[in-house]
Amino acid sequence: MSAAPGQQAAISVRDVSRDFTAGQQTIRVLHSIDLDVAPGELTYLVGESGSGKTTLISIMCGILWPTEGSVEVFGTPIYGLSDDDLVRFRLENIGFIFQQYNLIPAINAASNAAVPLIARGMDRQEARERAVAMMEKLNIANQADKLPNQLSGGQQQRVAIARALVHEPRLVVCDEPTAALDATSGRRVMDLLRDVALAEDRACIIVTHDNRIFDLADRILVLEDGRITHDGQSMPEDH
Amino acid sequence: MNWIAIRMLTGDAQKFYGLLFGIAFSTLLITQQLTIFVNLLERGSSGVYNVSSADVWVMDPVSRTTEVAYPMPSTALDKVRGVAGVAWAVPHIRASASVRTGSGELEGVSVVGVDDATLIGLPKGMVEGAPQVLSEPDSVIIDDVGATRMFPDESPIGQRLELNDQRAVIRGIADAIPSFTSQVTLYTKYSRALNYVPGTRNRLSFVLVGKAQDVSPEELVERIESQTGLRARTRDEFARDGVDFIIENTGIPLNFGITVALGFIVGVAIVGLTFSLFIRDNIKQFGALKAIGVTNGTIRRMVAVQAGMVGFIGYGLGVVGTVLFILGFSGNPTFKGFYIPWQVPLVSLVAIVVIIALTGWLALRSVMKTEPAAVFR
Repeated sequence: MSAAPGQQAAISVRDVSRDFTAGQQTIRVLHSIDLDVAPGELTYLVGESGSGKTTLISIMCGILWPTEGSVEVFGTPIYGLSDDDLVRFRLENIGFIFQQYNLIPAINAASNAAVPLIARGMDRQEARERAVAMMEKLNIANQADKLPNQLSGGQQQRVAIARALVHEPRLVVCDEPTAALDATSGRRVMDLLRDVALAEDRACIIVTHDNRIFDLADRILVLEDGRITHDGQSMPEDH
Repeated sequence: MNWIAIRMLTGDAQKFYGLLFGIAFSTLLITQQLTIFVNLLERGSSGVYNVSSADVWVMDPVSRTTEVAYPMPSTALDKVRGVAGVAWAVPHIRASASVRTGSGELEGVSVVGVDDATLIGLPKGMVEGAPQVLSEPDSVIIDDVGATRMFPDESPIGQRLELNDQRAVIRGIADAIPSFTSQVTLYTKYSRALNYVPGTRNRLSFVLVGKAQDVSPEELVERIESQTGLRARTRDEFARDGVDFIIENTGIPLNFGITVALGFIVGVAIVGLTFSLFIRDNIKQFGALKAIGVTNGTIRRMVAVQAGMVGFIGYGLGVVGTVLFILGFSGNPTFKGFYIPWQVPLVSLVAIVVIIALTGWLALRSVMKTEPAAVFR
């Protein structure tokens, strides 16, 4: 499902290519990608290692410059922004969930979840209260005072989700959110994401290899050698 | 975000204490060594500052310090007294001798002969006895550091010495600044010193001069030099000469300089390595913060807060360590009168700021190089 006529796309990718230089060799890892992601859509980006999906998602969320092409996120041409404005745009509009969680080991779960709010200058106590409220939605508020190393993998993942959602971003970007979880926990995380991260004016893009959750997607994009080879509501038969 | 930076730092206790140790050790090494160096250097001028009443010191033109003096004929005293602006002038002798204690031990001593009538040339304070004890037969006054060295377990008062085959009796203890070598010093009258220190025809080491009220020490120095052909120095100039002599003629500045440099290098090495490891361990977290939307400026401030906190606490511990060292050894005669000049903590502070800035900058480089996109790899 791409954006309906007249409806603003959550993400609009136009003719995006990306080169990487290794020594004297230049390798093109993305080839003229055109893509629209509609608001309210749970989109999966699927592909083998080296297919370009990490590069594409990095470009879509404003942390990697394309060699060619343009990207708009909710109508803002993000690579036309100054460096500082782009950073501010990410802080206000995008939530990140990393495969390794990347929680800060020295601060407790609630403070970890509150990082985007603290980074925006919010008072620490107020940020913490809002983080705990978000953790309640994710059924993990009772772990608020624990350090990351005192939590299980699934609990850390929920803290990472709380951190991604606490500032109510319009776009949530997830990298292999279920890779370290068993099937039941994985589906629970996906249900949570669908419940919390998606709304009519929001979008969620997930990079995944996990075929256990393919049935939960609204849209699946398959990347091969830097090109989108499939765009549909389910995986192609040959995968 | 500063709070998060501090928690990131203190959360890794091993590295945090490693960083504190590095800075504290570096500060201690630099501050303590510089303190000892400055105090030792100042002892090059102890002979001058022990005679607080002399405004000008007059000597043979080749004499350089209180310890390196060429004797003058006794007529030099009259020449100096004849210069306008000289309120008073007294003879002063400084010489080396060997002394045999009552227990038969041999000790090299410095003999200082002070003016018979006025006793000018004696240190200002007395630990025991009065300057007038020098009027008694064979009387000498020993300096307090020398007393502790020669008579560690008994009172030196009344002790008989054999000073170059002459009898001497200790009747007082002077509160004196020790010499650079902490050699035992015996004060006696000028006339008696001539007997204790037999030698060449000329034995007058210095003429100590008090200036008249209407003349400055510098002006008097010029007059004495031009009218007598002798060398004259104000008290401060001559004190400085003693310090310069040590700097120019001993390996002490080099040795202390090497230790201070080692303190700096050890600081850079320990702190640099530990801080780099700390940053490397947290590089993913910094990358994640950059991706989330924390600006490079904020990241720089976070690293600066971490470096500043380590530097502040480590420097404080190092200075406290130096103070405790000086206090702990204040009872030791070798360290008598040692103090920490205010410039020394300032110098070590500058060194620590340089260490922190250097290591912080090196660590920050790796954070700045980290692309936010790296968190997806």
